[in-house]
Amino acid sequence: MSEVLVLVDHLDGAVRKPTYELLTIAKRLGEPSAVFIGDGAKGAEVAEKVKKYGAEKVYVVDDAQIKGYLVAPKAEALQQLAEKTSAGAVLIPSTIEGKEIAGRLAIKLGSGLITDAVDVQAGDGGAPVTTQSVFAGNYTVTAKVTKGTPIITVKPNSAAPEESEGAGSVEEFTAEISEAAKGAQIVATQPRKASGRPDLNEAAIVVSGGRGTGGDFTPIEEFADSLGGAVGASRAAVDSGWIPHSFQIGQTGKTVSPQLYIAAGISGAIQHRAGMQTSKTIVAVNKDEEAPIFELVDFGVVGDLKTVLPAATEDVNKRKG
Amino acid sequence: MNILVCVKHVPDATADRKFEDDNTVDRVGVDGLLSELDEYAVEQALQLKEKGEDVEVTALCVGPEKAVDAVRKALQMGADKGIHVVDDAIAGSDAIATSLVLAKAVEKAGADGKVDLVLCGMASTDAAMSVVPAMLAERLSWPQVTMASVIESQGDQVRIKRDGDTATEVIGATMPLVLSVTDQSGEARYPSFKGIMAAKKKPLEVWSLGDLGVDAGEVGLSVAWSQVEDTTARPPRSQGEIVKDEGGSGATALTEFLASKKFI
Repeated sequence: MSEVLVLVDHLDGAVRKPTYELLTIAKRLGEPSAVFIGDGAKGAEVAEKVKKYGAEKVYVVDDAQIKGYLVAPKAEALQQLAEKTSAGAVLIPSTIEGKEIAGRLAIKLGSGLITDAVDVQAGDGGAPVTTQSVFAGNYTVTAKVTKGTPIITVKPNSAAPEESEGAGSVEEFTAEISEAAKGAQIVATQPRKASGRPDLNEAAIVVSGGRGTGGDFTPIEEFADSLGGAVGASRAAVDSGWIPHSFQIGQTGKTVSPQLYIAAGISGAIQHRAGMQTSKTIVAVNKDEEAPIFELVDFGVVGDLKTVLPAATEDVNKRKG
Repeated sequence: MNILVCVKHVPDATADRKFEDDNTVDRVGVDGLLSELDEYAVEQALQLKEKGEDVEVTALCVGPEKAVDAVRKALQMGADKGIHVVDDAIAGSDAIATSLVLAKAVEKAGADGKVDLVLCGMASTDAAMSVVPAMLAERLSWPQVTMASVIESQGDQVRIKRDGDTATEVIGATMPLVLSVTDQSGEARYPSFKGIMAAKKKPLEVWSLGDLGVDAGEVGLSVAWSQVEDTTARPPRSQGEIVKDEGGSGATALTEFLASKKFI
């Protein structure tokens, strides 16, 4: 059975949930091997985590020499590993960096690339068949790679992580990084503050605010907290400087597909809809009954979020007891 | 400084976009336009032109006949020259082949005068892959300086602020390089009447694969390295209940709905 490489999604060695989803998918396609590019000293710790989700091997690539450079060195390291292992496929998280690594890897390996898969299954002869949600969620597309080693970037929440005990045997790998890969230097890094709320990409419930908040996200945040959800925002809110871009849902922000998406004070322009249209249940609160968002909803309230949300928050908290 | 801005002609994202029978994007049935996200790239190129001395901005587009409209729009915004690469063989190309054609076009443009900067948008609004700028950097062996929300340049040095997945980063590199900019980088200008008139006289070259030295067998639908098997329109969502808030009724109805769906 061929190895399927999974690039570990982590923050300073803390493994993130999408990694387990990718390993679960990898197991459908072959033998999962995790690739950890990070602080080598954390390799063993990472191995303990990923082996619980099927990783048979864990390649540890210490990043001391490469962490100061943007994307290109990671693509080289993955190329060398893919070639060394004759990998059957490479799965990469659909993050900003992940897609760039995948794009470069496709050219390096002479292999086809599929991005933003929301499902991957083994098709005929075991070759991966992907599902994507395209045109702002209006179309579902199935596709496959027809040349080389399939490289697939996978969105969060595309698979329920399945525990499966793998050997998790650690193999240190030293990549040879070219000078050309060091052209873009990471001069400074400022990590984002943790919000204390669920990660927007992974949350089951998202409450988003838009122009209708008038700049005060308190009703949004408190409602999100009462439901245990994440906070999101429309582009209008971000452009007005009310909330950082990392909260933006939409074509130029994040695309999410939670169990419940509540849009408050958001009109529902196509660019926003592109980021949330495939959510399982959609609710909107808006003063304007003509707002396009109401075309999408399973439930809507025509009213002012500034009164509706606080009252709803109180009600939810009361019900929770 | 010689700047090449890559622009894509895409189906209007606010229209009913669909696929052809061969599962390629329908670029005929829906009006096309310069991809909104590429407007930001044109804007940043023009700002660099305004801040610098002796800066020339060329808009480069690979696409079918009508795609020249994207080049024209860029010229109207203020680009100095345009290049339209058009060849029937390119139809149905994947990102990999598209990046090959673009890279070869950059090389050919460079033969006339060294290209210092290739500017791109953060993603196309049709396929939305966000991979072509990185692929271009790979093919040209130039630094990749991508997803910039703030751009600074001094001489041949470029620094950007990049909103990465978990952190905000400052990235620095030396030209020539590939730079992609996000929609946070600054509002794109509307063409002025003067700009629209002036655009009609600006040079617009048309190149085929032969001009680029690319073999037709390297591009197009039949040789693409991935294949779409099936496209299915999602059934439209049926609209659920909408209530009007009257003296607190809205909140009550909302929480009842959420409870009925077991969210609380």
